Amino acid sequence: MEELVFTRPRYIKKAPFHYCPGCGHSIIHRLVAEVIEELGIGEKTIGVPPAGCAVLAYDYFDVDMGEAPHGRGPALATGIKRILPDRIVFSYQGDGDIAAIGTSETIHTANRGENITVIFVNNNCYGMTGGQMAPTTLLGQNSTTTPGGRDENRDGPPIDLSEMLALVRGTVYIERTAVNSIRNIRNTKKAITKAFKAQIAGLGFSLVEILSPCPTNWKMSSTDSCRWIDESVMQTFPLKVIKDEIG
Amino acid sequence: MKPKKGRIVIDSRLCKGCYLCVSVCPNECIGISEESNEKGYHPAKVIGTKDANDRACTGCTLCAVICPDIAIEVYRG
Amino acid sequence: MDKKLLMRGSQVIGEAAIRAGCRFYAGYPITPQNEIPEFMSGAMADLEGGTFIQAESEIAAINMVIGASMAGARAMTSSSSPGISLKQEGISFLAALELPAVIVNVMRGGPGLGNIAPSQGDYFQATRGGGHGDYRSIVLAPAHGQELADLTRKAFEYADRYRTPVMILADGMMGQMMEPVVFPDPINLDELPPKPWVLDGAQGRPSRIIKSLILDTVEMEEHNWKLDRKYKIISGEIPHAETYMTEDAKLVVVAYGTAARIARGGIKRAREMGLKVGLLRPVTLWPFPDRAIREMSRLVKDFMVFEMNTGQMIDDVRLSLEGRSNVHFYGRPGGIVSTPDEIGKAISSLYYRQHLKED
Ligand code: SF4
Ligand code: SF4
Ligand code: SF4
Repeated sequence: MEELVFTRPRYIKKAPFHYCPGCGHSIIHRLVAEVIEELGIGEKTIGVPPAGCAVLAYDYFDVDMGEAPHGRGPALATGIKRILPDRIVFSYQGDGDIAAIGTSETIHTANRGENITVIFVNNNCYGMTGGQMAPTTLLGQNSTTTPGGRDENRDGPPIDLSEMLALVRGTVYIERTAVNSIRNIRNTKKAITKAFKAQIAGLGFSLVEILSPCPTNWKMSSTDSCRWIDESVMQTFPLKVIKDEIG
Repeated sequence: MKPKKGRIVIDSRLCKGCYLCVSVCPNECIGISEESNEKGYHPAKVIGTKDANDRACTGCTLCAVICPDIAIEVYRG
Repeated sequence: MDKKLLMRGSQVIGEAAIRAGCRFYAGYPITPQNEIPEFMSGAMADLEGGTFIQAESEIAAINMVIGASMAGARAMTSSSSPGISLKQEGISFLAALELPAVIVNVMRGGPGLGNIAPSQGDYFQATRGGGHGDYRSIVLAPAHGQELADLTRKAFEYADRYRTPVMILADGMMGQMMEPVVFPDPINLDELPPKPWVLDGAQGRPSRIIKSLILDTVEMEEHNWKLDRKYKIISGEIPHAETYMTEDAKLVVVAYGTAARIARGGIKRAREMGLKVGLLRPVTLWPFPDRAIREMSRLVKDFMVFEMNTGQMIDDVRLSLEGRSNVHFYGRPGGIVSTPDEIGKAISSLYYRQHLKED
C-alpha cells in the first residue's frame, strides 16, 4: 500500500507563494503551519504578519490573520492576546521590522512577558524594498545602502537582538535556528514547536530567530545562499538556544 | 533489509526551479526541465533511466522538506 | 439612575468609557490628560475582563488598541497633541482596516512641544484625517462635563456602527473641570450587535484576514470609494450642532468645546447690552454640521468664528456658507484662555463695525 508521506499542511492555503525562488519565508511558513496542525491549534490561532516581503503571509496561512503596521506586530499581538487569552497568537517579523523600526515594541512586549510567540526571520537585508542595509546586515556585506559593504564605523555593527531579548525578564524561550539545510530545517521546526508549546502552557514570551536565505538581494543562487548562511551568517549569528526557561 | 521504495510528484506549476531539491536528493532522482512553466521558471522533474518514478527514490522526503514552494508530494511503500 | 456625581472631566471620560463597555485601554503618560490613564488603571483592575496597559509609547498604545479591536473589544486610548501626532500611523490603519476604536485628544498648545495649556490647535489634524491616506475620523467636541459622558458613550456607538476610529476632541480645561454629571446606565456587553469580522480563531468558519495592503490599483480605488461611501453615510446621519439665542440673532458666534463655553458668557454680556447675538456650537467637528450653518445664513449675515487657535474651523464655516454671509474671526492661540468679557468686547466691537445696531 502506497502512503502519502509528505504534502501541503492543512493550514497553508492552496495558493502559489509569491516569494522569489529559494526564499526562506515560505519554508518557514510551512513549518509554522505544520506545527499549528500538529499541536491542534489551527482553530484558535491568530497570526500577525509584518510589513515587508512576508506581508502577504495572510494569503498563505489558513488561520485568522491581522495585519500590523511596520514593526508594531508585538503591540498589536498584545492587544489581541489580552482580549483573547485562550487563543494562540503569533507575530511574524523580519529583521528590519523587529530589530529596527519595531525594537521598542519588541523589547517591551517581551519585558511584559506577553504570552505570545514571535517568528523572527533574519535574512540580513530589507528584502521587499530592494536589499538595503538591515540592522542584521553583516559587516562587509554589500547592500544597496552600504556601498563597499557594511562598515562598522559608518553603519554600526549588526545587532544581536535575540541575545538582547534574552536579558529581558519576561522571555522564557529564545532560540536561533536556520532553514538552509535539512538538519537546520528540522531543528527549526522543533524550536517553533517548543515556542508554541510555551505559549500553550502560558509561560510567557517565546521567540525563534530563523536565519533565512534571500537569494534575490544577496545576488546568489539558492544553493549558494544556503552555503553562505553556513559560512558567513552563522559566524555573526551562531545557531543556539539563547534562553530556555521552559525546562 | 529491503531498501524503501518511494515516489515523488512535482507540481510544475508551483515549482520555481530553485535547485534546492536537486541539491539534497541523495539518490540524484531530480533534475531540471528544459522547458519552462507558465511563470517562466524551469521546473524540477523526476529523472531516471527506465521508469522515471522507479529509479532509486526511497521516499526520504528530503526534497520536499527543503522545497520552498511546497511543490513536492512524497509517497512511500 | 439619575444620581448626579461630581467628577473631574478626565474621570468622566473614563467612567463613561467603562459604562460604554470599554474593556481595553492602553496609553502613555502625557500632560494634560494623565488622569485618564490613572483612572483607567484602577477601573480596569476592578473590572472582570478589563485590561489596562501602560504602553511603552504612544505608537505601541494605538497598536495595542488595533489588536484589541481586531479581537472584538471596545477599546480606547487617550493622549494630548504631540502624543496624538505619534498615533496618526495607527489611526490611519484603523480607518483602512475598518476597525472601531475611540481616541481621546486632550489638546494642548502647539506646534512642537508647545505648552500644556488648553488649546484647539489640532482641529485640522483631527478633522482632516490626520494620518496618511484618504480617510476621515469622526470627531466629537464636548463642551461640558455632561457632554463628556454622553459623547464618550456615543463615540463607542459610532465606532462600532461605522467600523471607524472616533476621536473625542477635548482640552485641558475640560479635563480638569469638576462638574456634576449624570451617567447613563452601563451597557450590557452581551446585547451589543455581533461583530462578524473579528479575529478570534477560525473555529467552524473560514479563516479571516484583516489587512490594508491592496497592491492592485483597481481594488485599492474600490476600497477608497467604499470608505468614501461610508463617510458620506456618516455625513448624512450624525452631524450635530447646538444653538443658543439664535432665534433673533444678527450675529452668530461659531465656536466649539471650551471656546463655546467662553463664547456663551460673552454672548450673555452682549445681550445685556441689547445686542442680538447667538451661538452655534458644532458638536460633531467631522462630519461638520454644514447644513445647520448654511440654513442659518438665510437670516444671519454675519458669523464670528471664535477658536483657541489662529483660525482652523473657520475654513469649514466658510465652506459651509459658500459665500452667503460674512465670516469674521477672533482667536487666541498658544494656550491663552480668553475671558467671557474679552469675547463680549470682541462681539460688540464687531457688531458695531458691521453696523448691525442700526437696522
Ligand atoms: S526579496 Fe528576498 S526575502 Fe523577499 S521574497 Fe525575495 S528572496 Fe524572499
Ligand atoms: S524523496 Fe528522497 S530520494 Fe526521493 S526524490 Fe526526494 S530526496 Fe530523492
Ligand atoms: S525545491 Fe521545489 S521549487 Fe525548488 S526546484 Fe525543487 S521542486 Fe522546484
